[in-house]
Amino acid sequence: MNPAAASPAISVSGLRKSFGEKVVLDGVDLDVAAGTVFCLLGPNGAGKTTTVQILSTSLRADAGAVSVIGHDPLREPDAVRAVIGVTGQFSAVDGLMTGRENLLLMADLNHLPRTEGRRRATELLTEFDLLDAADRRAATYSGGMRRRLDLAMTLVGEPSVIFLDEPTTGLDPRSRRTMWQIVRGLTGRGVTIFLTTQYLDEADELADRIAVLDRGRIVATGTAAELKRRVPGGHIRLQFADETQLTAAANLLEGATPAGDLALNVPGDDGVSALQAMLARLSEAGVRVETLSVHTPDLDDVFFALTGHPTADAENQTTENESANESAQKESVR
Amino acid sequence: MSTMSYAARDSATMLRRSLLHTVRYPVTIIVSLAVPALLLLLFVGVFGGALGAGAVPPGGKYIDYVLPGILLMSVGYGASSTTLAVNRDMTEGIIGRFRTMAISRSSVLTGHVVAALIRTLASAAILVGVALLMGYRSHADAASWLAAAGLVALLTFALSWLAVAIGLAAPNAEGTSGFTLIVQLLPFVSSAFVPTGTMNGAVRWFAHNQPFTPVIDSLRGLLTGTPIGHSGVIAIAWCVALTVLGFLWAGSQFRRAGGGAAR
Repeated sequence: MNPAAASPAISVSGLRKSFGEKVVLDGVDLDVAAGTVFCLLGPNGAGKTTTVQILSTSLRADAGAVSVIGHDPLREPDAVRAVIGVTGQFSAVDGLMTGRENLLLMADLNHLPRTEGRRRATELLTEFDLLDAADRRAATYSGGMRRRLDLAMTLVGEPSVIFLDEPTTGLDPRSRRTMWQIVRGLTGRGVTIFLTTQYLDEADELADRIAVLDRGRIVATGTAAELKRRVPGGHIRLQFADETQLTAAANLLEGATPAGDLALNVPGDDGVSALQAMLARLSEAGVRVETLSVHTPDLDDVFFALTGHPTADAENQTTENESANESAQKESVR
Repeated sequence: MSTMSYAARDSATMLRRSLLHTVRYPVTIIVSLAVPALLLLLFVGVFGGALGAGAVPPGGKYIDYVLPGILLMSVGYGASSTTLAVNRDMTEGIIGRFRTMAISRSSVLTGHVVAALIRTLASAAILVGVALLMGYRSHADAASWLAAAGLVALLTFALSWLAVAIGLAAPNAEGTSGFTLIVQLLPFVSSAFVPTGTMNGAVRWFAHNQPFTPVIDSLRGLLTGTPIGHSGVIAIAWCVALTVLGFLWAGSQFRRAGGGAAR
């Protein structure tokens, strides 16, 4: 008997929520199959956190039907709380207590017997590479360590559905990779993971299915590959030293479009031979290319194609810290 | 296990956590002890001679007069640290985490309130010890001492619920400073240091009718035998009213709170 296999772990239909005049969720429908990683992708303010808060019983929806492992968060909050674990956007750890004490606190609140709780705490500290820091106060932990402790605390109660609300926001690239490995490790245990992120590469990396949330509506769902198929192919970006070289190249290459400061975008990313042919033509004509980069269609393009506006992430790329997804998906050749 | 015993077990867990915080971050309890102790020294040693003339009958000692007020100051400081502790839980997001767990809802707040009671009663006991060393003498019997302790506990309980509510409602630590200021200043505009009769006009009216004065007068009556009159009843009424207000407010704030990640 396994009802989870037959029915989705999470199912949401017609979910609406407003704060005063501001509509945050405007009729969201989604289904998450048990044992899969589902990713809600969207920019800041799209309604991701609000969705997680409603599903995890800490916020009341205005309208819509929600079921988490067969229970309604509104009518049977305790039944839902008993099967879920939530790791929020901001690490909810107790800074005055040590890592181990934080885990033991969770064990006590999950009503585990004392010895069982100790065993579980040590197990998780080992697994999350926190054993050396186990008896230090959590306030002294780095951002990545706090996030790992936070997730470990969520796992003490062995939840069957885990909500991860922007689990890597604010982490350095190495800590992000570690978190990704941990999340992938969780899927092996048969738990259902509901992940939200504003990082397109994160969704690409972790999710079985992705739903793109924009201004309170789901604008597309599918696997990363399915979503990428919905946008036109990639392009090659060429950077030149001066105007003369740029003009020469523009006349030479069909379909090339200006792309800002002394740069051209040339459609197509299909393989090495096409690239070689293009470079040979430029070289024969004596055009010197400073740098070249190949852009495969990424979820950023998907997002743009679906919503008609870029992600907040992409808009801010020049002003904010260099985002990891940009460098990860762009292969630079010099 | 039944729901009741889960609630008790969760509350005990939360209480242990709060007491551990007190041990880990002892500065709050040190302040709530040291400041009243210093004021006791200051008022008895420096101002006592001058203030005592108007406050105590001939032959009486000013320290006997001032101790109840000093005890209330420690209750006030205790409430300030409770507000800060609850606010830290709120801003750290750990209350948001507790709200998504299958635990007794009341335990989160009950833990803070019971810890505050323990902390404040311990501070008060130490302050009485300091006062005894400085020459405080009381002829009160055990029952009167017990009643005095009960009244201090009742006021602590009331202020702690208010403190919890304000800690939940304030967006950050600065937001709790208004409450802190009020509970720390109220003793000065009460019968703590001088009789309200010596004050003028509006100040006298306020001092006479604010909640700390009847509590102080009742404590003084219990410990030094001065007449209590209606003060006892008024003190208890204030405590009950403030408890109900604080409790209901804290409850509604807790239900409303979206946790650390409110968007």
